[in-house]
Amino acid sequence: MTQTPRRGPVHVTGELLATKKVGAYHHLTLVAPGVADGFRPGNFVAISVGESRLARRSFWIHRVKPVGGYGAALELVVEATGPGATWLTRLAPGARLEVTGPLGRPFALPKEPVSCLLVGDGYAAAPLFPLAERLRERDCPVTLLVAGSDEAHLLSALEARRSARAVTVVTADGSVGRKGTVADAVDEVLARAGAEVVYAAGPVPTLHAVAAAAEAHGAWSQTALERPLTCATGLCQGCVVPVVGEDGVSRTVRACHDGPVLRGDRVRWADLGADLGQVR
Amino acid sequence: MTELAGLTLAAPVLVASGCGGTGRELAAYGPLADLGGFVTRSITLNPRPGGPLPRIAETPSGLVHAVGLQNPGLEPFLATELPWLAQQGTRVVVSIAGSSLGEYAELARRLGRSPGVSAIEVNLSSPDAPTTGVFDVREPFHAASVVAAVHRDLPRGVPVLAKLRTDVVRVVESARTVLDAGADAVVVGNALPAAMPDGRQAGLSGPAILPVALRCVAEVCAELPGAQVVGAGGITSADDARSFLAAGAVAVQLGTALLHDPTAAARIVADLHDVVPEPTID
Repeated sequence: MTQTPRRGPVHVTGELLATKKVGAYHHLTLVAPGVADGFRPGNFVAISVGESRLARRSFWIHRVKPVGGYGAALELVVEATGPGATWLTRLAPGARLEVTGPLGRPFALPKEPVSCLLVGDGYAAAPLFPLAERLRERDCPVTLLVAGSDEAHLLSALEARRSARAVTVVTADGSVGRKGTVADAVDEVLARAGAEVVYAAGPVPTLHAVAAAAEAHGAWSQTALERPLTCATGLCQGCVVPVVGEDGVSRTVRACHDGPVLRGDRVRWADLGADLGQVR
Repeated sequence: MTELAGLTLAAPVLVASGCGGTGRELAAYGPLADLGGFVTRSITLNPRPGGPLPRIAETPSGLVHAVGLQNPGLEPFLATELPWLAQQGTRVVVSIAGSSLGEYAELARRLGRSPGVSAIEVNLSSPDAPTTGVFDVREPFHAASVVAAVHRDLPRGVPVLAKLRTDVVRVVESARTVLDAGADAVVVGNALPAAMPDGRQAGLSGPAILPVALRCVAEVCAELPGAQVVGAGGITSADDARSFLAAGAVAVQLGTALLHDPTAAARIVADLHDVVPEPTID
């Protein structure tokens, strides 16, 4: 595993270029000068959602794409589940936004061209698409397992077929692909892919299942956690995750600053408590 | 230049305790040397893992928080955090919290001898003290006994700041008592005692509490002329800071604003430099 040093985050005023509804999600395209420069898959941005809502809202960077005259734009996937996220999805293009990023420790990439399984559940599959591209550049065969509660909550399953050698789709209601959850399918997909590294993003139960499956198959796992972030910059200690360190000693780390990507075998999943998810 | 408790500060804006991480996270957005000072999260003698999640909840213009004074404890702080902070060219104020007078005295003794510590801020107003097990300051004489213990064990030249609760009814009496006990300045104030949605003890911070903090600062400054007061509570702009300075504070601390915008302190320092021109009358 290698990790090249990343450039630091910036806090800037950005501009919303477009909002597009795709299924249950909104895809937001925005420009935020300097944020895209240091982007690595697994990074996220924090956005202010009004003066009276003090907690930042954090979103995976789904894509960095060139936009004429603007340099690079960011694409985020937002599910309007809370007041802040809903406010964000209702903004008109041209709205100014306070954006901080790129934040967090990204996915670590393998040095060798090994087989990789990418598991994404719901909108949290967002960071796996740019990851798949980076892995393919390194000649790593990529297998995708994409999950959602139903078809509307499946992120870009069509696009997934372009970026992976094999794609498995599972939905809780069976509306697309196999009926079931990541936990039901991951063992089989992992065995079939012969993956040596598993990358996962999604709710805690999904990540826990992936980490356990990886361990059972002797694979490395990199899990991207969603915890209730307030500042998203490592200041407030609101997003602690219990882990076992390299030295075997238990401690807590901050999901925003020491994560969000953590080794699945280091997270003390049973001690994480309720699946609080993100602040929305 | 700002003079606080015998220290010269680069600006009248400091990072409030518990809102600047270890300092490194904030320094990613701009040099700490531009600020008046950095107050650390409250350091305790022994490591504290902090409270259960959720620790922070959003309320209109506020944050309710029950972090539980998570910190690495004195030894790791001295070994890994303080040396870095001391090199940043800013005033390092170490906030301390103890469960007994003896712990406060030991913290003062050890920190006072450590290079790089500009001042000690005594946390006398933890909004969830009964839950966290730190010394519960309910009466002004409790606060005075802590300040006296700290003052006695600090080398001369290391000033003591006493951080008080923004309790409008008691704040003047509390300030007078801690100043009599040896505090060089008072910080008014801390998060308001509050509750998390599930009822756990917590503190309320952010713009929601600014008018309460400003009232407390104004009363202390009016009743105790000559006392050095640092104002804190919900400040997010240079105009907010000017309100506290106009009320008599010599400096302000910024907390929650940094969680919303990690560049807020530097921005306010810069905005305070932009002198508003006097209106000219022809």
